[in-house]
Amino acid sequence: MDKSYGHPIDILDVEAVNRKDKRSFFKKREPIYPKRVNGTFRWIKWAVMAITLGIYYILPWVRWDRGEGAPNQAVLVDFANSRFYFFFIELWPQEVYYITGLLILAAIGLFLVTALAGRVWCGYTCPQTVWTDLFVWVERAVEGNRNERIRLDKQPWSLSKASKKIFKHIIWLIIAIATGGAWIFYFADAPVLAQQLFNLEAPFTAYVFIGIFAFTTYSLGGLMREQVCIYMCPWPRIQSAMIDDESLAVTYRFDRGEPRAAHKKGASWDGRGDCIDCKQCVAACPMGIDIRDGLQLECIQCALCIDACDDVMAKVDRPLGLIGYDNDLAIQYRQEGKTMPFRPVRLRTVAYSIILAVVGSIMLYGLITRPLVGLNVLKDRNPTYVALSDGGVRNGYEVKILNKLREEKQYFISIEGLPGTTLSAVSLPISGQGEVMVNVPGDDLRAIKVFVTLPAEHRPSGQTPIVFKVSDIKGEITATKESVFSGGRQ
Amino acid sequence: MANNREVDSFSGVETTGHEWDGIKELNNPLPRWWLYILYASIIWSVGYWIAMPAWPMVSSYTQGMLGWSQRSNVMAEVEAIKKSREPIKAKLLQASLEEIEATPDLFTFALASGEAAFGDNCAPCHGSGAQGAVGYPNLNDDEWLWGGALSDIEYTITHGIRNENFDSRYSEMPAFLQVGTVDRKELSDLTDYVLLISDQEPSSEAAAARGQGLYVTHCESCHAADGTGDREQGAPSLVDQIWLYGSDRESIQSTIANARNSTMPQWGERLDPSTIKALAVYVHALGGGE
Repeated sequence: MDKSYGHPIDILDVEAVNRKDKRSFFKKREPIYPKRVNGTFRWIKWAVMAITLGIYYILPWVRWDRGEGAPNQAVLVDFANSRFYFFFIELWPQEVYYITGLLILAAIGLFLVTALAGRVWCGYTCPQTVWTDLFVWVERAVEGNRNERIRLDKQPWSLSKASKKIFKHIIWLIIAIATGGAWIFYFADAPVLAQQLFNLEAPFTAYVFIGIFAFTTYSLGGLMREQVCIYMCPWPRIQSAMIDDESLAVTYRFDRGEPRAAHKKGASWDGRGDCIDCKQCVAACPMGIDIRDGLQLECIQCALCIDACDDVMAKVDRPLGLIGYDNDLAIQYRQEGKTMPFRPVRLRTVAYSIILAVVGSIMLYGLITRPLVGLNVLKDRNPTYVALSDGGVRNGYEVKILNKLREEKQYFISIEGLPGTTLSAVSLPISGQGEVMVNVPGDDLRAIKVFVTLPAEHRPSGQTPIVFKVSDIKGEITATKESVFSGGRQ
Repeated sequence: MANNREVDSFSGVETTGHEWDGIKELNNPLPRWWLYILYASIIWSVGYWIAMPAWPMVSSYTQGMLGWSQRSNVMAEVEAIKKSREPIKAKLLQASLEEIEATPDLFTFALASGEAAFGDNCAPCHGSGAQGAVGYPNLNDDEWLWGGALSDIEYTITHGIRNENFDSRYSEMPAFLQVGTVDRKELSDLTDYVLLISDQEPSSEAAAARGQGLYVTHCESCHAADGTGDREQGAPSLVDQIWLYGSDRESIQSTIANARNSTMPQWGERLDPSTIKALAVYVHALGGGE
């Protein structure tokens, strides 16, 4: 394989594993041995990996003081008490629609970056990419770079081969268990749970979820790798609809590269392309494709081929960027002697940005103006009304007050829409204005039985709409709820 | 038929030799992961037969080595819940009825368990919403024959009304016509007077006036001079708008003639004290309590 033609480059004798003409339903998976590359994009990927994994592992350990009686974990999904905490935000179960909003934002955000720069999500930030990258890095560290791994796999089984393989799988499993392990910390107090885990006192579900996530991480990231992206993931199909002619994509600039041929050191570059057909881009590809075949479904746009090619271009002393972020339309323009400016502002991107801004504003508005007190009124239906000894009538209601504040708060319940009513509540005081006074503990819900009584002279026939109102002592925090009053038969 | 082996040229896989309209089926083996899961399932099921109740027999079934049964699980869960409620039940027993209403967690517990006990024991007569029926008092309203304070309600539940218990609430309305205390004419006049004082239309002013004299003689000692009744004796008020047996002329006349003396069981002998306390608090909280 030493055909470097005088250049300090390996001319590799490799073929893309996932070529269109080689694709067959009958074929078993061929292993891919991505070669190590160095360069700008490789460093961006390391940085993204460090940041994303760092966030994932560290976030549950970030503390956030919420005062007495509330969890002081910054990000916590508290199923037991049905609360979701995210730094200064605290969501109650009836507010899960914020999660829907968040998902919409994520989807539109993905559409936007896809329209701008293709599958950058797939290439840099997708968990499948990040963990696979990590697993490949471990594999490389234990078994060596591409050629050593190929050689090792071809060897008959020996003690050293077995020990290398076992060692690799053990590290993979540790990573996988750590992945599942970090996940559960989002659902319970991290330091407490960590202690319980090591003392084998943690809830059974914790171990089950570590197991599930360890299994999926190990099998998807370690064993299945590119097959997940090609066969299991729906995103490539969806994302292809977000890309247009002007989106950036990792592109082999065939206008510059062709015709490709081996190049002897010192030979002229006239009449030929810059591609020396060293196949470094193919060897570097974790998806097992040849980028020179053009944009294809398998390509996750990780840009490792760019780094591999730039490395070669530097050594043969040609300009960098034979493979780069570009698109076929721009190449076509260049071939016609024109230049196509990159236009990030297009109808598509503007539309996505507007949707993004609108949804984001709605969510922000909702979050800022969300009521600090919730009110629910359930009218008694059995009996619907109670006739009293003096000819008056009384209706019972279950009034539920949600106090979303941290501290205990006194609320005043009154009703509007019916003159002459008297309010009463079991074991609760009544104010001089006839309001029911009730203390609701902080971050809690209290259900109160409230009776509304009308004397005989005001007794209505049939149903009359009324409005329940709660307010705090300053009248600043208020909520209202409609209900009805049944006068009954007379 | 090893000599008949035929290999598909495109895929390199042996065919089964079966042909349908020129199409031959490939003899691909089942995926290995699938096969392993099948084997694992077989091993699992054998273990499951041994460990768990599985095979139906003539009159019973195999019990399994683990002794697992749905019934014992339920019983254990019921026991666990009973046990978990013991501390708050003990608190309920210690606290007075007023203290229970003033303590939010005790009150909530009392309401919930009171509601359940009410549904099991009281709803057949008083209705599921305690709304009552003819002859069975509505417990939501503000008319109480024997008093609507917490302690009165607890006493009524514990000892009942007009039953064989020595401590039960007891009073007896005489069947005036049956025993001959009043005759039919007097019965009619008396009815007119009751209609008058309960804000209804008597047949004539004169009849009602005649009835007033009879009322003073026969009724006043229990139902009071102004007709407001007497809780000491469980005598209902005749001047309010709540009537246990109906407020129309027929019903009132029938009551005077034949009396109404319905009963209520003594629940003290069937329910434990904490349940009775919870019931008293629940009934009191229905809105009519005093």
